[in-house]
This record gives sequence, C-alpha cells and structure tokens, in this order.
Amino acid sequence: MSETPLQHEPVLTVFQKGAEGRRAFQCPERDVPEVDPEQLLPARLRRSQPPRLPELSEPEIVRHYVRLSKRNFDLDSGFYPLGSCTMKHNPRLHERLAALPGHARLHPLQDAEHAQGALELMWNLERALAEIAGLPYVSLQPSAGSHGELAGVLLTRAYHEDRGEHRHKVLTPDTAHGTNPATVTMAGFEVVKLATNTDGGVDLEDLRAKADTDVACLMLTNPNTLGVFDANIQEISHIVHDVGATLYYDGANLNAVMGLSRPGDMGFDIVHFNLHKSFTQPHGGGGPGSGPIAVSERIEPYLPCPVITRETHGDGEAAPARFALENDRPKSIGRLRGFQGNYGCFVRAYAYICSLGAEGLKDASETAVLNANYLLALLKQEGVAEHLPLAYGELCMHEFVLSGGPMKRELQIKTLDLAKRLLDFGYHPPTVYFPLLVEEALMVEPTETETKETLDAFAKAIAEILREAAEDPQLARNAPYTTPVRRLDEVGAAKRPVIRQAL
Amino acid sequence: MLEAIGVSSVAEIFERQIPQALRLKRPLELPGGQSEQDVYAHLVALAERNTSTEDQLCFLGAGMYDHYVPALVDMLCERSEFLTPYTPYQPEISQGGLQVMFEYQTAICELTGLEVSNASVYDGPSAVASAGYLAKLDNGRGRFVVSAGLHPHSLQTLRTYAHGYGVEVVEVPLRDGVTDIHAWGAAIDEQTSAAIFAQPNFYGAVEDAQALAAAAKSDPAEGNAADTSPVVIAQVDPLTLGVLAPPGQCGVDVAVGEGQSLGNRLDFGGPSFGFFAARMEYLRRMPGRIAGETVDVDGRRGFVLTLQTREQHIRREKATSNICTAQALNALAGMAYMAWLGRRGIVELGELMLARTHYARERLAALPGVEKLHDQPVMREFALRLDGDVDAIRRRCIADGVNPGVDLQALTAREEDRGGLLLAITERRTRRDIDRLTEVLGAAVAAERQAVAAL
Repeated sequence: MSETPLQHEPVLTVFQKGAEGRRAFQCPERDVPEVDPEQLLPARLRRSQPPRLPELSEPEIVRHYVRLSKRNFDLDSGFYPLGSCTMKHNPRLHERLAALPGHARLHPLQDAEHAQGALELMWNLERALAEIAGLPYVSLQPSAGSHGELAGVLLTRAYHEDRGEHRHKVLTPDTAHGTNPATVTMAGFEVVKLATNTDGGVDLEDLRAKADTDVACLMLTNPNTLGVFDANIQEISHIVHDVGATLYYDGANLNAVMGLSRPGDMGFDIVHFNLHKSFTQPHGGGGPGSGPIAVSERIEPYLPCPVITRETHGDGEAAPARFALENDRPKSIGRLRGFQGNYGCFVRAYAYICSLGAEGLKDASETAVLNANYLLALLKQEGVAEHLPLAYGELCMHEFVLSGGPMKRELQIKTLDLAKRLLDFGYHPPTVYFPLLVEEALMVEPTETETKETLDAFAKAIAEILREAAEDPQLARNAPYTTPVRRLDEVGAAKRPVIRQAL
Repeated sequence: MLEAIGVSSVAEIFERQIPQALRLKRPLELPGGQSEQDVYAHLVALAERNTSTEDQLCFLGAGMYDHYVPALVDMLCERSEFLTPYTPYQPEISQGGLQVMFEYQTAICELTGLEVSNASVYDGPSAVASAGYLAKLDNGRGRFVVSAGLHPHSLQTLRTYAHGYGVEVVEVPLRDGVTDIHAWGAAIDEQTSAAIFAQPNFYGAVEDAQALAAAAKSDPAEGNAADTSPVVIAQVDPLTLGVLAPPGQCGVDVAVGEGQSLGNRLDFGGPSFGFFAARMEYLRRMPGRIAGETVDVDGRRGFVLTLQTREQHIRREKATSNICTAQALNALAGMAYMAWLGRRGIVELGELMLARTHYARERLAALPGVEKLHDQPVMREFALRLDGDVDAIRRRCIADGVNPGVDLQALTAREEDRGGLLLAITERRTRRDIDRLTEVLGAAVAAERQAVAAL
C-alpha cells in the first residue's frame, strides 16, 4: 500500500523548525527609566542562559500547529462511540459565550459586587445540578471527575471524623473506573473490592459479608460500566447505611438518567458530575473538565471552601439578590484547588442546561439510551452477535459492553485489532479492554448526538470487519493503514522513555 | 428503531431496567428550553454584570495574571481538531495532540531546568498537593515543611490533600519578606517528607532558591544526608523563568505551578493548567499523562501516552495519582504561547516586567501613608503596606476606575498582613497606567487618612 500524504510528511517538532533570531512576539515599549540590572535583580538570582524556546515567525507557528491538528481525529469530524466518555456534540454557541470578555477576562479575585453575573451563573448552575442529582447542596470546585471523587471521599472522611469514628475501608465494585480505587488510596483509605453478580450488578452476598463498621463508603456507578442499571440499588443503600457508611455516586454515566431517575432518590449521599461528559464541555484532547459534587444535608457542613451564598434584600421573589463567596466554614475539608473552579466550563454547562431545559435534558437521556439499544440490536444480528456477544443483560442503558472473546477464538482477531481496523473506516473505536472483568471488552456509547444513519453505518462497518477477518485475519491484525502513523511501538516507548525533544 | 430493539416505546426500555420506585414521576424543576439566541442574550446579560480587565484598570494578581493572550492561541484552541477529541487513547489518530504534549513537556523541562515533565495537571495549587503526594509515596515520611510564602490557596489545598493521605503540614514563617532560612533549616529533619516553597513567593519576593534547597538538603548532624533529604518542591511562575534562575539548577527536585500566565485567559479562575516537572529519578512516580516518542511498524516517528503503568486505569489502587482528565487544551495554549513568545521574547518580557514593577513599586512607596511591605527583589508583583483600612482605600480607588490590587489579609487571614496590598504589573499595564494608579491610590490613602482623622 502506498503512503498517504500525511504519512509521508516528515515529523518535526516546533523545536526543530525555524531559525535563530526569528520571532513572532514584539515586546511592548520599555517606557520606564533604565535601572541598573543588578539593582533590579542580583545576578545570583538570574538565569545565565535564555531558555531554548522555539524561534519561529507567526506564519510558521500557525502552519505548524494547523498541520498538527490535521493529524488528530475529532468529534466534529466523525462518530466517537468511546464508552464511558459521553462524546456528545459541543454546541459552538458555548464557545462564543465563554469567550465574552465579561466571562473570559474576569479576574478570579474581582470583588463580588463586580462579579455578580458570574456568581449568579454559578448559583443557577448549582441549583440545576442539585435538582438533576436530587441532592440539595452543590460545590462546583473540583476540576474533573477524579477530583470530584477525591472531594467525595475526603468529605466522607470528614463526616466520620466529626462523629468521632475512624473508619479505614472503602468498597468499590470490580467494575469500577480506575479512578475510584486510585482515589481511595490517595484519600488514605484501603480498597475493598466487591464482586459482580450474574446480572452485572453488585453481588449482594459479597456486599453483606464485607459491609461492617470499618467501612467508610461504597463508591458506585449506576448505571455501571457494564451499561447495567443496578436494580438492587435500594437494597445496597440499606446495607451501606445500616453500617453507618456513605454511598458515593460516580456520575460518569449520568447521561443515561437525566430527568428520569436521580441518584439522591436512589439513596446516594454524594454525587459527582462530569460537566465534560453529560453537560457537553468539549474535552480538548484530555481536558479541561469539571467535576462538581452534590451532597445531602448531613454532608453539607464539610463542603470545600468557598461556597456561593445568595442573599435577598426586601420581600418577595422579585427582591434583588446579592451573591458572594463564603470562606468561613469551620467544618469544611478546605480547598481542592485555586479560586472557584473551572468557571469557563460552568459557562458552557449552564448554557447547555438553559438551551435544553427540563424536557430537553430528559429527551437527551432518552435518546442516548434509545441509540445505545438500537445499536446493540443491530449488533445482535447474525454475523456479529456470535463473535461479539453482549457481556451482561438483554437491554442496556446509554452504553453496552460486548465481549470479543469468541471473536478472538473463532476469527483470530483481538478487540484491539477490531479497534485499529475501525480507524481505517473513519471511526473512533469504542473503549477497549474495560471493564476488566469482561474478556476482550468493547464498550460502546453512541450518545444522543448520533443519527440512525450513523448507527446503521457503524454496525455495517463492524460486520464488514468481522467478514474480512473470517477471510483474512491479517487484515485487521496489521491495521490501521490509512492513519497518519500506523501501529506504534508502545512497549518500546515505555522501555526507553523519550519524553522531550533533545535540544 | 423501536422495532429493531423489540420494545413498543422508549419508556419501556427504562421500565424494564429501572425499578418503578426510582423513576422520577415529575419533570425536573428547571426552566423550559430556550432558543440559541435567547440563551445567548441571557449569558451576555450575565457577562455584562461582571467587571472584566477590559472594563477597569486592574492590578489584581495573586495567582492569576492579566497577560496579553495572542490571537493565534484563540484560533488554535477553537479548531475542532484540538477542541473536541477525548484523551488520546488511540494514538494513530491522535498524533497532533500527542505531539503537542511532547513539545509542551520539552518546553516545561527547558524552562524549569528539570529532566521530566508530564502533560499537565489541574492547576497550580492542586499541583503542589500532588507533588506532596509524590514525596509521600517516595519516602513515606509524615511531615511537610512549607514556607509561609506559598500561595494561601496552595497551602490550603496541600492541607486538604495531606489530611487525607496522612501527612502533617508545618509552616515556616517569613523574615523580611522571604522564607526565614534559619527557621526553615531547623524545621527540616529526617522525618520531613518534602520541603516546599514558592518562587517568587506569594508576597512577590524573589527567594534565594539555591540557598533554600541547599538548607533543606544539608543536615549539620550527618554531613552528607542524601538518604534522609526531603524532596524539595518549588511552586514556580513559569513566565518569570526567562529571567529567574531555573529551579532545576537551584537544587529543586520537583517544580510545579500555575500555567495560566502562559497564554491562558483569566476565566474567573479556570480552566487553566498546572505544570509538573521533576528530576529523572521521579519519572515513574509522576502523576498524569506523559507523551513519549516512538516509531510505528513502518519506522515512522510517532508519539504515544507512555509509562501508563503509573496511572489509575492500569494500576488502580496502586496508581501514583487518581488524575485522569487534566488540562490538555490549556497546555496546548501554553505551548503555542511559548512558541509565540520565543527564546528572546520570554527574556524581553521578563525584563520589561522587572523594570515596570520596579518603577511602580518605587513610585507607590514614595506616596505618603504607603510603604513597601519588604525590600526584597520583585519580578511582577509586590506588596505594600497602607496606612489605613485597605478595604476602604480599595473602594475609593475602584470608584475612580482603578482596581489597585488584592487586600492581602482578606486572602491570607494573617494578622501581620493587615494593611497589606498586593499588586501585579503585567506587560498590559503601561507607565501611564502606573502613573494613573499612583495618582488614584495616593488620593485614596490621603482621603482615608483625613476621614479617619475627622472622626
């Protein structure tokens, strides 16, 4: 196969381009009197050699990064059914709004009376998230889902310590996102794993056996990472609360249930949201995200600082409100980061909630679940299902997990090969090899964004790849062929790490 | 679609999976949906109730700074190819983002003088807390010794995290505006997991980083104390590193910080990015994503996420951090900004800030009722002590259209910071702006003194 133009292009970093003396930046005028440099800053505190940053003109920089951008696949270009990541459309309105100077160029320490619009936006977003979660209090501060998890586990610690209890275990099911157990360790607790039952939910016997008064918390995703709504959740909640522990909701899969079922009503005490999933903050190739938390009454005293307060002067609904940031909270776990959180993400999430409204959010979740079930039904057809069976259940929520085990045995291609071959068909592959308890797992989340035509075409592509593999498994095993680079040596990269350009 | 699924309605899909008692029987109590132009109008109205740095002559800093962001940064960050992908789990179709990470890591290593950098963490304060966790994993000791010159948000974040992973935090006071080196040396012992300071410190002073690192690592009782040395961590402002000695050359082991000053907008505090750089020996303890160079099956140069056995999705409870989504797009803005600024530009900009900051400090400190909080060299930010109520004086200035900076005590809650004002001079503040501030602040202090005298 001949090289594509992108494959042919030499790969040079920005440090390998340009020439000495070239530049884009013009320094503003030095408009103050000259002072002896030694008086400004003694030589011993100074850098002796300038840092070797690139030396390029503006057109060279623009061309370099625009060309690099073309070596990326992105959601605006095609289907991105990456399970657990909720790759839904990012409306361009949100970018326009976040860039308004009143939002984008607002200093985080601007006095509250000069930031009333921002604080009101945050307050409104808090109220909306509280209603969606079914829990009354919200902190917007955490920067991503894993940061929200850390907040949640530290809140649990504070709650127990305030009651004079020192519990040291946190339960996580074996289907949990890796962030859950990592968070537990980081917050100073010990991880205790829970088994999964044949329906894909928490094994209640295992839970009963392990739930004791050393347990601080159970962290759960519902629907879980198998796409299964745990129908025993009320019983789970009773067991956990009976031993005095808290119940934590990993909100990565909230897109399945917005306006349809609420974590607070299921018995959860603490919930995190991924604004970069359910609420369409664009993911930026690995962030920024935002991971607000909602909590119940008994957890509220420990929320991170600062919290937003709202006061009204005068009577009635129409009385003008004043918003402020409150830091004086003696039982608070403290701060988790600088300032108020990722406000730019709040602007986008709030715009999304305003656009969709109550009905629209429910409709988004219904369509996401409909799309997932439709795609699942397509993949249950002959020629596919025998190679890629559904791992658990009959129907699914907003995503589903297939097992590539039979495919590996019968067609001699692994889930990885299927994923790589999908690249040649112009798709971002589903999440692979997660959750861990499913052999050769393939986790598919189409989201509400996609049309029936897209889902039909994707199912055809999967069937086509399996048909190809039946004839010649090498085709998939050596894929991809058309991407800017082909399969990369990841083992070599880890063995001899080269993580910066030699200068 | 329903027929293919084998259900009669969408509702049936939910009814068959979610117990009846858990299905919400009413609409969410939220307003109805709105058209694009109505949402636009609503958020424009909210934005108009904020006073941005375009509306007011603003000297606020204290962790985030009103630097100029070049137009090419906006253009690149708005490109779908950078804006809308997920984390690069499929490297063959993510070479653009991965190469940017690799370039970014190179630039951060070069600025800090350290050997390894990750691809970003959330922000500056959480980066400090994560660096503390690295030290705790590395040596298992139970105490952090922290300079009081650390940004209060970093100190508070470190305390929050450290309470979880079980490390005590001990604060060392400042003396003449910089970390008291004797108290610092005395506080650090073989039980110290990490010694942490900021450069420049929260009060704007340039610390003697070399002396602090040396004092942290020398143990007079033992002579050579390599095995018992704490991890020396510095929170550094990256934009000062065209001029200030790089932490790696000063003996610092881990340099972290807030990246907002590198081409990121203020955004009322985020999103920006945190950077995290370290000596080679800590490579396998680093948190977060790291891009590495490799080749494809045909021998082409390419990039992948590497050393993933550190990370939560592989190592789970044994991971070096729980971080997953970080701040890739903001780090991209940082890299594009550094390329735009260039090798000479970062020095020129640093020298300009030094000169204007010096000018501003001398002019303001010459006003009656205004004095320097300390005499240490400063780079972009400095602290003054005002004779009078800072809140009242600030209000008078703001009424005249000038935000003169941060009320120090409001942020630190330290008694010794009463009367303190912290001001930042970015390249966007010209001599004329500084002269205007001098006039307004001088008048405000005088008026406040008169008002108090009249009581």
